[in-house]
Amino acid sequence: MTTSTQTARTAWSVETRTRTSTLFLGLAALLVIVLAFAPFYASRSLIQDLFFILTMLVLAQGWNLLAGYAGLVSVGQQAFVGIGAYAMFGGVILLDLDPLVSILLGGSAAALLAIPTAFFTFRLQGAYFAIGTWVVAEIVRLTVAQWKALGGGTGTSLPRSATRDMFGLDFLKDTFGFKTSVATDVITFWLALILAVVTVGVVYRLLRSRQGLGLAAVRDNQNAARSVGVDAQRLKTIVYLSTAFITGLAGALIYVQKARISPDAAFSVLDWTAYVIFIVVIGGIGTIEGPIIGVLIFFALQNSLSGYGSWYLLVLGLLGIVIMLFAPRGLWGLFTDRTGIELFPIRRRLSGGSTEKPGG
Amino acid sequence: MIWADTIVQGVLLGGLYALFAAGLSLVFGIMRLVNLAHGDLIVMAAYLILVLVTLLGIDPFLAALISAPVLFGIGWLLQMHVLNRTLGPDILPPLLVTFGLSIVIQNALLEGFSADSQRLSVGALETASLALGPLNVGVMPLLTFLSAVLVIVGLNRLFYSTSLGRAFRATSDDAVTASLMGIRPQNIFATATGIAMVVVTIAALYLGTRANFDPTIGPARLIYAFEAVIIGGLGSLWGTLAGGIIIGVAQTLGAAINPEWQILAGHVAFVIVLLFRPRGLFPRAVD
Repeated sequence: MTTSTQTARTAWSVETRTRTSTLFLGLAALLVIVLAFAPFYASRSLIQDLFFILTMLVLAQGWNLLAGYAGLVSVGQQAFVGIGAYAMFGGVILLDLDPLVSILLGGSAAALLAIPTAFFTFRLQGAYFAIGTWVVAEIVRLTVAQWKALGGGTGTSLPRSATRDMFGLDFLKDTFGFKTSVATDVITFWLALILAVVTVGVVYRLLRSRQGLGLAAVRDNQNAARSVGVDAQRLKTIVYLSTAFITGLAGALIYVQKARISPDAAFSVLDWTAYVIFIVVIGGIGTIEGPIIGVLIFFALQNSLSGYGSWYLLVLGLLGIVIMLFAPRGLWGLFTDRTGIELFPIRRRLSGGSTEKPGG
Repeated sequence: MIWADTIVQGVLLGGLYALFAAGLSLVFGIMRLVNLAHGDLIVMAAYLILVLVTLLGIDPFLAALISAPVLFGIGWLLQMHVLNRTLGPDILPPLLVTFGLSIVIQNALLEGFSADSQRLSVGALETASLALGPLNVGVMPLLTFLSAVLVIVGLNRLFYSTSLGRAFRATSDDAVTASLMGIRPQNIFATATGIAMVVVTIAALYLGTRANFDPTIGPARLIYAFEAVIIGGLGSLWGTLAGGIIIGVAQTLGAAINPEWQILAGHVAFVIVLLFRPRGLFPRAVD
């Protein structure tokens, strides 16, 4: 209709924000501030629990970005956790670096490892890709186990002298009177909080950007997306490398806190990939809220069932299967379907314009 | 001579891996289902055989014969009621559901049988060996390899010379059209998984008689099996045998150089083959 341009009295705009999401963003900022002060009012064990939740959240957001948005179903994320952790140990033990500097080394090592890994695994499609990433992780684990300087197959510990001299430790001890062990936990907790907030922020920004739209298009129909000029391969590579970097940082950070490493633990498919997959699936794959809900449920399950040994994993596995079969979009998906609430909306919608019919 | 011996041992080991992989290859070829619980199903079958051996005091071979129909039933039900729901263009649901299943089976076995390692005893056969020319070959490894060849010949005959095999191939090529011709894809898939579980029983028999097993070794066997299937190429059973042999020979050669390199060498061989042939050596179907 020729009249349609005349009737648009106010300009249309494309937005992703909603009133709820803006409100939520304010609340989330408040929550982060409350969490940042946790070391001053919470017990040490609560700080350690929060550290665990935050680092698992980082891993879960990474895997969710890969599988839920880029269609890269990796079963080999433990390669990046492990190499990040081992590079951090290498930095501290062999190069005499500060543990905190070594964390960056861990992230970089993981991103470097991701380059040849991507070269190999990106040639494989779908399920082959999943198995390919797993095999690569096994190769890295077996190779690192040959690295005698870092303890070979039995692993090694961070030297006490290195953790004692960690950057910022003395400041915390002098200013707030923390003990050394507590101060280490506080520093790693703060770093985990920063890493988690930055990860969620970066993922959210990415998904709302042009690249994010391209990514969603590739996930939904790769051929159609390519036909309108989306460079699928390039987008996937960027996502894969950045996820490896984040995962490596998280791995290094986790092992600064653990201070003891072995190849079997650092490259554990159960700890760093299976748990992460369950967190994302239970919470809701393909959403930013999903991993957040998932990690809280995972933590609650682990705490309440930890006394029952392997029953806990059995329940977790069954829960994962049931959700995948009957609610494939996870608990957050169920919630959104009922209420329409999205806390991190990425869908683009029109707003601001008039909806009156022309000639009215 | 020592190298010839190493390679023969590798080929025979490859037979075991081909047995691990044959069931996987069958299911993968017919319904593109990636079963990440395959290794754990083999371990579960080994425990079933162990229970029968212990309770009835019978020979493991006889116990496997009794287990096979039971496991066929388990496979049929599993496919009909769980895995069929996951099939579709999206590869995520089957991957995640079978991954969950893998965790469930492992931990159920841990709960039922503890983490102690077990073994199926076949008496004097375990140490018996045959002189093949200048080489000495263990009877059990040889039996494993021959069983793998027999299983593959059998599956190929089933595939290409029976009406069930025709239904398998038709459903694999185009499930919708096949269903227009009076085939029920759901039933065909369930039968295929049932048959795969019979192969799993045979694999479990040799897994349990040749080495110790415990509830957690499934995933490692799954990786070897997958490597064999992928190296061989989608849907080619003889390719799966070739893939198993490549992994087996690479492992024994690696172990001959340095015992710590055994597993690593197998994985590296897999990566090298895929770098040059991303779809495997003998891909049958275009996918």
